[in-house]
Amino acid sequence: MHWLPPNGALRGVALDHLLGWNLTIVFWLFVAAQVLLVLALVRRWAGRSGAKAGDETHSRARYLFLHVVPLLGIVGLYLWMLVTSHGLWAARRESGVAAQAIQVEVTGVQFVWYFRYPGRDGVYGATKPTLVSAPTGNPLGLDANDPHTADDVVSSILVLPAGQPVEITLRTQDVIHGFFVPGMRLKQDAIPGMTGHLEFTPETPGDYVILCSQVCGLGHYRMQAQMRVVMPEQFNAWMATREGAAK
Amino acid sequence: MRSPAERRVFTTEPKALARLYLWLGLVAVVTGTLLSLLMRIHRTWPDLAMPLHGVIKPEDYLALVTMHGTLMVFFVLTVVPQSAFPNLVLPAQIGTRGMALPRLNAAAFWITTTSLLVLLAAFFVPEGAPIAGWTSYPPLSALAGAGPGQATGMDLWLISITLFCLAAVMGSVSILATILTRHAPGMTFGRLPLTVWSWLVSSGLTVIAFTALFIAAGLLLSDRHFGTSFFLPSGLVVNGIPQAAGSGTPMLWLHLFWFFGHPEVYIVVLPGMGLASSILANFTRRPVPGYTMMAVSTLLIGVLGLGVWGHHIFVSGMNPYAGTAFGLTTMAIAIPSSAEVLTWLAMVFRGRLRVNTPLLFVLGFVSFFIAGGLTGPILAQPALDAYLHNTFFVVGHFHLVMSMAGVFSIFAGIYYWYPLLTGRRMNEGLGQIHFWVSLIAAYGTFYPMYLAGLAGEPRHYAQLAGPVESFARLIPVERGITWSAFLLAAAQLVFLFNVFWSARAKVALAGANPWRATTLEWSPEEHPTIENGPYGYGAGMGEREDFRPQWERKKPF
Repeated sequence: MHWLPPNGALRGVALDHLLGWNLTIVFWLFVAAQVLLVLALVRRWAGRSGAKAGDETHSRARYLFLHVVPLLGIVGLYLWMLVTSHGLWAARRESGVAAQAIQVEVTGVQFVWYFRYPGRDGVYGATKPTLVSAPTGNPLGLDANDPHTADDVVSSILVLPAGQPVEITLRTQDVIHGFFVPGMRLKQDAIPGMTGHLEFTPETPGDYVILCSQVCGLGHYRMQAQMRVVMPEQFNAWMATREGAAK
Repeated sequence: MRSPAERRVFTTEPKALARLYLWLGLVAVVTGTLLSLLMRIHRTWPDLAMPLHGVIKPEDYLALVTMHGTLMVFFVLTVVPQSAFPNLVLPAQIGTRGMALPRLNAAAFWITTTSLLVLLAAFFVPEGAPIAGWTSYPPLSALAGAGPGQATGMDLWLISITLFCLAAVMGSVSILATILTRHAPGMTFGRLPLTVWSWLVSSGLTVIAFTALFIAAGLLLSDRHFGTSFFLPSGLVVNGIPQAAGSGTPMLWLHLFWFFGHPEVYIVVLPGMGLASSILANFTRRPVPGYTMMAVSTLLIGVLGLGVWGHHIFVSGMNPYAGTAFGLTTMAIAIPSSAEVLTWLAMVFRGRLRVNTPLLFVLGFVSFFIAGGLTGPILAQPALDAYLHNTFFVVGHFHLVMSMAGVFSIFAGIYYWYPLLTGRRMNEGLGQIHFWVSLIAAYGTFYPMYLAGLAGEPRHYAQLAGPVESFARLIPVERGITWSAFLLAAAQLVFLFNVFWSARAKVALAGANPWRATTLEWSPEEHPTIENGPYGYGAGMGEREDFRPQWERKKPF
């Protein structure tokens, strides 16, 4: 499991634990099967063969032992996998978002991620595709006529306070992008025309890389951004300066 | 009157078509392999200038990925087990000559050839080949302005796929009609070799799945050229340019594509599973235990295979309850697959192995099927897939369970059926070298990809990138993958040499039934009567030998 990047999310611990068990069981099943295959060859080379003529006599018992029992074991394993991981999936995706969750809108654009906070009013201002203009500093096409827009904070780095639930509203302007934060064990596609929702709680302060996990064009590999998890007071101070700048 | 050359080319004779399909597969596999080596070179030495081309740019890399995937999945892994092999042995295996609907069957080959030429042409048009990957998700694949290669190159890709779908359905209709209407008297369903059961199921899947892809590709072409918006919503801004309003959604493509894409995996691997059972029975000199269970498993895999496509799009924002449901169906399909694997392992361990190349390649097939298949149930869990989706973990998974298992079953088939094509056996020593080097190199190439995926390395990246902590550890892994890939490709030169070397007139003829097999493609008679089931192996089975062919009358008591 040391191949995984360090986990910084609340539910990442449970996921790592479960993934570790899954990988361990599957790896040893793999080894056992390969050993069986190699043993069969070695036995052959050593001049011994497994079967003698007439060993069809107890074939029913043998069949049960060699096929049905292992198959039942494997079915049990699959059931265990389904049940354990469903708890995690349900907690992540099938439940509502905490009321106090911090709101951030993530927008994918070939080949950049933009992050928008709704500001003091807690409402995202309106956007219009016709207003989108990265060169003039309005990459999201914010509509200045909407009163909710004035206090919106647009950032190219995702700053979040440690220990607070976050609700991501996921959008894209052009093609499908994949919002992937390995350190948060988080992934969801941004689908054009749809708004995605994703909830998680960052726990450990530090810098985490945000990647794009769905091929989106020639710059796909460099569509990266930074997630910075800080202590709540640092977050509030950062937000205050950005909100001040927005006015 | 047609000239002899014309008759040879525009033939409706299945064995001749099988040869043509094998040549086509060879062209595709050589091209696809070279493309993959270029990808490995770029990932390992990104600044290396290639002769006649220069440095590989990121868009070139994506074009290589797209064309490699398309060539291998369609023109190698589908064409050889689902078109070449049935034409080679299916009619004989059910005791008939020729396929039903022979002209439809022959036309399928020429449409497949046209499809391949159209696809390869994409390299030579302005901006080059498409870059959207073999899954070609819109809007990237729908808008010419979304990237280089997405104009003419993408059109050619879509036309090629449309033609391929047409040919695949035509060929499969011919196979279905042959099995259902042309089987000889006495060839009951309970006596069909498991290869025929596999082709029955894979052909049914082909008709259903490739029809879905045919429709999807047609709709996408329509979005690109006729102003429709099946896959395009409103409000898109591409390269700073607002796009025309639409009323569609890319989700429609995702569903249609994977409704094709997942059954496609079984179309690729089911014929190999049937062949594995047959070869294991032959080379262990034992019947297939639980023949009925194997046939039922094959059917179940086919039926369940139509209901698992959603596991490819767990993280697309699909309803999370749908994710749970698709996780359940996916686990369900793992059960008949596991049952078949357990049967093979039991056969290997109980039988008296005759170690020849066809057997070795089947053991390799089983080995890869397990190595790749076992991670399937991990990826089937939406919660775990949410980390692993579209990382190299998935690349490792499908290259082992579909590509390597598929390719090794193809090799097993070629080594096994080569005497039907040339009257001779392939050189055994060269075959064993080919097997062992390929086996080790394939594991060296694809198994470490699991580690890269765990480290968070996404697929389709022109350069190694990922979380800094796990990034450094991956550099030696990536190098190892590249060298293994070179070794894997080099081992295939031994195979190619063997194919041509063993066909020389000097090589001794193999005789009518060199593997002492029971199935009818080895029958010396043209119209045999069918007397027995397909796997009559074992001491005392035959009159003088340890097997009773399907065409041999039972011992009188």
